[in-house]
Parts: sequence; structure tokens; C-alpha cells
Amino acid sequence: MNRRNTLAFSLTATLLLAAGTAQAGNTLNAVKERGYVKCGVSDGLPGFSYADAKGNYSGIDADVCRAIAAAVFGDATKLKFTPLTAKERLTALQSGEIDVLSRNTTWTSSRDSAQGLNFTGVTYYDGQGFLVNKKLGVKGAKELDGATVCVQAGTTTELNLSDYFRANKMKFTPISYDKSDESAKSLEAGRCDVLTSDQSQLYAQRIKLAKPDDYVVLPEVISKEPLGPVVRHGDDEWFDIVRWTLFAMVNAEEMGITSKNVDEMKKSTNPDIKRMLGVEGDKGKDFGLANDWMAVVIKQVGNYGEVFERTVGKGSDLKIARGQNALWTQGGLQYAPPVR
Amino acid sequence: MADRAEQQITLPAKPPFWNDPKTRAIAFQVIALVLTVGFGLYIFDNTQTNLRRLGIASGFDFLGSPSGFDIIQTLIPYSASSSYGQVFWVALLNTLLVALLGVILATLLGFVIGVARLSKNWLIAKLALLYIEIFRNIPLLLQIFFWYFAVLRAMPAPRQSLSLGDAIFLNIRGLYLPAPEFKTGFGWVLAALAVALGLIFAIARWARRRQMATGQPFPMLATALALLLGLPLLAFVLAGAPLHWQLPELRGFNFQGGWVVIPEMASLLLALTVYTAAFIAEIVRAGIQAVSHGQTEASFSLGLNTGLTLRLIILPQALRVIIPPLTNQYLNLTKNSSLAAAIGYPDLVATFAGTTLNQTGQAIECIAITMAVYLSISLLISLLMNIYNRRMALVER
Repeated sequence: MNRRNTLAFSLTATLLLAAGTAQAGNTLNAVKERGYVKCGVSDGLPGFSYADAKGNYSGIDADVCRAIAAAVFGDATKLKFTPLTAKERLTALQSGEIDVLSRNTTWTSSRDSAQGLNFTGVTYYDGQGFLVNKKLGVKGAKELDGATVCVQAGTTTELNLSDYFRANKMKFTPISYDKSDESAKSLEAGRCDVLTSDQSQLYAQRIKLAKPDDYVVLPEVISKEPLGPVVRHGDDEWFDIVRWTLFAMVNAEEMGITSKNVDEMKKSTNPDIKRMLGVEGDKGKDFGLANDWMAVVIKQVGNYGEVFERTVGKGSDLKIARGQNALWTQGGLQYAPPVR
Repeated sequence: MADRAEQQITLPAKPPFWNDPKTRAIAFQVIALVLTVGFGLYIFDNTQTNLRRLGIASGFDFLGSPSGFDIIQTLIPYSASSSYGQVFWVALLNTLLVALLGVILATLLGFVIGVARLSKNWLIAKLALLYIEIFRNIPLLLQIFFWYFAVLRAMPAPRQSLSLGDAIFLNIRGLYLPAPEFKTGFGWVLAALAVALGLIFAIARWARRRQMATGQPFPMLATALALLLGLPLLAFVLAGAPLHWQLPELRGFNFQGGWVVIPEMASLLLALTVYTAAFIAEIVRAGIQAVSHGQTEASFSLGLNTGLTLRLIILPQALRVIIPPLTNQYLNLTKNSSLAAAIGYPDLVATFAGTTLNQTGQAIECIAITMAVYLSISLLISLLMNIYNRRMALVER
């Protein structure tokens, strides 16, 4: 039997047998007892979560995992990555195989409600686009009538694709693969004319192709894809920790705290900064963690801007502009509530 | 006298009830039953509680809600606004299609290779042996990948399609065939076909009786073929050729119109057929060799030629040995078709236990339905094969 199917069945079996292992409020205790965080990531997406030949993960999603480990243990290395396909990811979280899913997953209403999950925030504001071979001479998505489209199975992308073609009264042939690599290979071989996915993924897929310059991302963005970390429904304590780990990173960027200057910043006279870094008050303890956990996160992983530039921005191969992911003070959408 | 009384055999006292084997047997069964039922109830209650606690929807209501995604191959009308229930039927039919075609093709190929393996011709026998040893010793998943990623990816792009008479096209997107379009009057052709089948059946019965009674053979095969082709053809011409072929045509990105065999299906079917045929060939060889050589000699001495000997003497006896393990191969092939998920063929596991599960998040329901379906298909195959086996089995007189 296929490894994927085996996993799907074993995950279901875990759902059946999980004898209240993940009861309300004890994810944090379970994580502390175990000694590491189990974090679900993608099966290989440069810039988001991508394992090199030695198995070291890099990417913005992987760094969110590290930040959570740093928050809980004061050590960003105390975690285990679990690579998951789009089809496996939600079941893996529901069944307790992982503590948190940080895997370019779109926040939707049904995932928050019927699927028993909670999105904690938005790591990356994305939108769905199309990647095509330049040879086709296609200038826009409206010219794709009759095309064969490669898409990843079990994603919101698959649903948006059908909606878009239906809304524009166009026909298409879908091929749904489990892995994004298979889609990319099929695009290269010419099995499909178009590859559709979140725009960030398209850029990441493009640099993995043999001849990236032969392919172009079409200008249309056909959907809203807010990607963020997900936890199980019903454990508010753990939800708060994961949510505020990301907020801490965004707040740090806003306040100008970086991994390099965080120790000096502790001497700052600004009460906002003092509260956040755990110098004044006990805001950190309220989470059931060390009082200075936010400072540790920033020191070991960095603020949101640092992580962004390092993984998908200027410092990476992807060279994606901040755009919607800039801070709200700079015309973007990244905004975090105050530490108070 | 007193001695005598003492010597009387005293019946052993009735053993305590816990030592009574009968009571014990019943008690153990009751305990086993209680434990089994209790475990089942515990699992059920535990699942319900956990699902409620996690706020995951449960139940089968999702089957009525619209799916919102498209599927590459649908044997029944389907669109993104169809329900998850229809996704199930589409996926099930795709699984059944590939399983049915696989069983038929693997049986044909397996019988040919199995007989070839016993051929007196050295080259043919060794080629058959080579085939068997190669294809049954390479994992099926690898074979599927081989056909899909190595063989069928080497096909040309749609604009450079290989074509046969501008009607059949082969490219990386699949094999495009003309689709028949039936016009009014085609019913006559179907009626003629039914009449032909009825006639063949009747003549076969009559010929069999006559041969039993008089020993006179009747050229049944030729008659059957003539009827099967002749009658419908006659009706076809008389009804004014009520059939039109819709040819595939290159329009825009792809060929439109006609029938298409997608490479996902082709590679899955090829791999399943080639792999299972290797096992069936061995089963056929074993079955034939299980019939003692004396039968062949007896048949030759009665004046039957090799072909008749094989058809009338060897195969009917070999089938008794062949059918039970053949059933296993059919079951394996059907279950192995779930590897479709690896190459994007929309079968039950890929589309229902995969995509639908993921879009609805109802893992337990989707997996339970899928398991129940495979169980039912397998039991059905077993049932049919058992009926066939009973008919073919040795009749003890």
C-alpha cells in the first residue's frame, strides 16, 4: 500500500483511538513533558518550509515553528518537523500527530468551524495565480479557456480554480496531484498547460524548474489566501501562545527590536518595549511561560521583517517584495495588538 | 459385610461449577462477547466524545453539499456544483472501470503467457519465463511510475501528435479516439445484435445435444461469428447507417471532442495488467501441470490434436486448480488500483478518501465509506468466483 494511504489510515485510527490524549488545555503540558514541539510543515516549498540535503529546514513557516519552540522552551531547536502533503496536513493536526501546523495553509471559515481547527494569525498574505510556459503566448488568465491545469489535491486552490473558470464561463481539464513536485514535473513535461497555486508558491516552484526563465506568472490574482499557523480547536492556552508568538515578532519589527539589538533594547526607557521584553511587569508569565519569552523568540529567530527578508524576501532566491505583508505602518496588512 | 459396604464405589462428588467444562465454555464465550461489545462501544463513545470536544463535524450530511472541485475523468455527468455524494459515485466508477478492464486484460495476457511458458519452443518458453520473472519481482508502485513518468511522458506535445488517419491521435495528454454518435434507427442494430445472441445460444444448445446424441460436430465458432457480425451489419445498412463518428480536433490548447484515454488511466491500467498477468501466468502454468501427463497421452491416442486436447481435456481440469488462486489475483488487482493516488488518477482513494476528506475534514466517515466499498467489491468478486468455481469443480458421482 502507498505510504500516503497508510498514513491516512493510521491517522484515522489515531482519531478513533485517541483516548482523550489532547484534552482541553493540556497541549502545553504535553509539549513540555515531551521536551519538544511537533510542528507540521510542507513536503518541500522553498522559502516557506524546505529541507536541504542534510535535513535542515529553512523558510518562513519553519521559522514560525522555531519561534514557538523558543517561546515554550527558550530554545528554538527543541522541535521536530513533520513534512506533510496538502491532503494529510489537517488530519494530522486533528488527530494530535502534530501540535501546530505551520504549512502555507489558507485560513477559511470551514476549517475554523466544521474541521475543528483554529487559525492563530496570518504569516503571509497570499493570493492564487497561474504559472504558464511563455511559448503558449498567453498574456492573461482569461485566455486559458480549454487549458489543462495542474493543481494540488485537497487545497483551497482546487476550489478557487473551479470557481474562477465557472465564473468566467471557461472550460478546463484539472489534474490533481498529491505533491507540488509532481505538478511542477507535469508542467515541465507538458502534461498540463498551466500550474495554479498561491503566487508565493508559484515563484518558489519556478526556481525549482530546469529553465525558470521559460515560465511566467500571469498578472491575475484570483483569490485571497491568508496563510497562517493552525492549532486544534478547544485548547485556548496553546492557541494564545501560538498566536502571540507571531504577534511578538510583528510587534518587534514595529518597535525596531531585532535579533541583534534585543539585549540593548532591554535597557530602553520605552515602557512598551520594557513590557514586551519582560523587563517590566509579568506579561510573559500570564501565558504560562518564562516572563521574557518574547525576547527569547526575537533573539533566537528574529522579528517578522528579519524572517521575511531572510526566507522569501531580498535575502532569498525568491526576492518577493513585502507588498501586502509590510507592516500596517508602511501600507501593508501586518498588524499586531499591543502587549499590555 | 462392613468391608463390603466400604468397598462400594462412591460416585465422585459433583465438581464445583467453576470446574465444570460446560459452564466454563459458556462463561468464556460470554466474557469474550462482553469484552468485544464493550471495546466496540468504548471506541464508538470515545470517538464521539473526541469529535465533539474538538468541534469536528460528524455525520453524513456532507454528502449532500456541493463539492466545488472538478475531476478529470467522469463516467457520469459531473461538475463542480455537484454534491460530494456524486463525487463518490464518480470515484467509485473510475475505480471499477480500471479494475474491470484490468481483470479482463490481465486474465487474457496471463493465460497466453502461462501457456507460452509451457511451450515446446525454447525461445517462446524462455521469453515467457523472462516476462514473469521481471514483472512479478518489481514493486507495483515503481511499475506505475515507470509507465507514467518514463514511458508516457515521452509522448509528443498536442501540436506534434502522432496521428492515425486524422481520426486517432496520441500525445502527452492522452489517446484521442473518435466517439460514436448514435442517431435514430440505431436501436435496430442493437435489436439485431440481441437476436443474433439469442440465435447463437439456441444453435449452440442444439449443436451440443446433436453432438451428444450422434457425435457429429458442428462448426459453432464460424456460425457464431457470422451471426454476430452479419445480422447487426445488415440492420445497420438497412437502417441507413445511423452512426456518426465525432472526430477529435485540435482547438486551442487541447484536442476537443471524441473519447480520450488519459495517461493517468493508461499507465495505471498497463501496470496493473502487466504485473498481475505475471502472477496469473504462473497460476495457469501450475494448473496445467497439475493435470497428469497420462491425460494428454490418452487424448492423443484417441486421435485428438494438440489444440483440441488443450481445449477439451487439459483446460477444463486445470481450471479447477486455477480458479481459487485466480480469485486472489482479481482481489489483489482491485485493491492495488488504489495506488492510483500516486499519479493523479481520480479513483476512490485519491478523490474520495483524499480530496473529499480534505475538503470536508470528515476523516472517519470518508475512510469508513471507502473501506466498506473495497470490502464489498472484494466480497462480490469472491462470491462470483465461488459460484463459477462450484460450476467448474469436479462433480463426484
